[in-house]
Amino acid sequence: MMKVAYYPGCSLHSTAREYDISFQLVCRKLGIELQEIPHWVCCGSSPAHVTSHLLSIALPCKNLILAEEMGLDTVVAPCAACFNRLKIAKQEVAEDSKLKKEVQEVLGKPSAGKIEVKHPLQVIIEDVGLKKVEEMTRRKLQGLRVASYYGCLLVRPPSVINFDDPEDPQSMDNLVSALGGEALPWAFKTECCGASFSLSETDIVFELSGEILNEALEAGAECILVACPLCQSNLDLRQKGIEKRRGKKFNLPILYFTELLGLALGMSMRQLGLSRHIVNPSKLLERKLAVT
Amino acid sequence: MKCSIASDKFRRKFAEQIEEICGERISLCYQCGKCSAGCPVAYAMDYLPSQITRFAQLGLIDKVMKSSTIWICASCQTCSVRCPRGIDLAKVMDALRILAKRKGIVPKEQIAPLFDGIFLGSIEKYGRLNELSLITKLNMASGRPFKDVSLLPIMLKKGKIKLKPQKSNPGKEVRYLMRKVEKLESK
Repeated sequence: MMKVAYYPGCSLHSTAREYDISFQLVCRKLGIELQEIPHWVCCGSSPAHVTSHLLSIALPCKNLILAEEMGLDTVVAPCAACFNRLKIAKQEVAEDSKLKKEVQEVLGKPSAGKIEVKHPLQVIIEDVGLKKVEEMTRRKLQGLRVASYYGCLLVRPPSVINFDDPEDPQSMDNLVSALGGEALPWAFKTECCGASFSLSETDIVFELSGEILNEALEAGAECILVACPLCQSNLDLRQKGIEKRRGKKFNLPILYFTELLGLALGMSMRQLGLSRHIVNPSKLLERKLAVT
Repeated sequence: MKCSIASDKFRRKFAEQIEEICGERISLCYQCGKCSAGCPVAYAMDYLPSQITRFAQLGLIDKVMKSSTIWICASCQTCSVRCPRGIDLAKVMDALRILAKRKGIVPKEQIAPLFDGIFLGSIEKYGRLNELSLITKLNMASGRPFKDVSLLPIMLKKGKIKLKPQKSNPGKEVRYLMRKVEKLESK
């Protein structure tokens, strides 16, 4: 059994509980043991990197050190923003000895360097493998038309992330195909949803997320698949507001890839926490997959 | 547009400050405009990202710092991926925001920096983000007390937001960490 340190991040304990629930269930099924990092702290996200460079590196490093102290060699972070910040901190400290010294001074400990940072998608595709996932599938997605939306921080900057293509990523699409769904080609896979402007500059989120919903619908999508709690929130929670502004109905469920994977592995909607979504996915999933 | 450019010495100093914070050299930019063409939020900015880089090259620090552009940048990094000169412009935008905050010249009407401050205040206090307090504090600080209030019932019902803040045991450690960062940076 593969054992990894788990960094849920603030969102998975609040707005994205269903991502946390579904990820944990899927891991158990796939033989991955998750050990949550004791006393983890916020990664600082965007507010840190637009305020203080040192802070934006020290906060993720604190968590990397905590993970290393667990004696594990991999930490998995499902939130694309946390994943991005942990990766960047690790790389910058490795490349900049002055920064490394400063981080060490702030944390009182040598900063982490060995532990590998992964996103759940990477673990599933690179460590478990799509072949095994396909073999374990109990419920095919029966041609469910899925637009995979990757957003920004899961694939950029490529020099640090080193996973998938920054302009036309394929990993989630490949997962959808392996599960028997129809992975739709579309142009907005890595367009920005408005990210952390959800509360501060909401009009930008209405505009950007509105374009994403519109493109997905035009491409024939029945749902959008995401791998980031902020993307999910902007597309799901703000969807009603977007519909009102644009005078157009979308009614597009925004699912975490772990939820769709969980359904394919035989879990129920209730187990996976799907009732927590604002745009209700149950009608679509009942009709297409005959799940309850 | 009429403006007088800064002296050579001043221009160099500004470019060096930017480079010291983010490691990026703005002098490399040859104004192809690819960053502006791909920027998803350019429509909401007063100056395009490539214009900001040009102003920075010319040492027009006031123009850069007082633009809405640096606060409207969503850090999506599309520009950084596409720049033919290899400039990570998203990092330059970070450096400009950091400089503006240090110099205390953040435009009052910008809400994003208020969000940043309240967000960091929350993790300073709890070690993790407290969403409910972030929303209420931001609404008060930005003079929009009822913004998103209509979403609260459904968020509570769906378990997306909690009344009780999540805490990390070493909340105090984050406060200590932040103090240390401030001390080191003020040196």
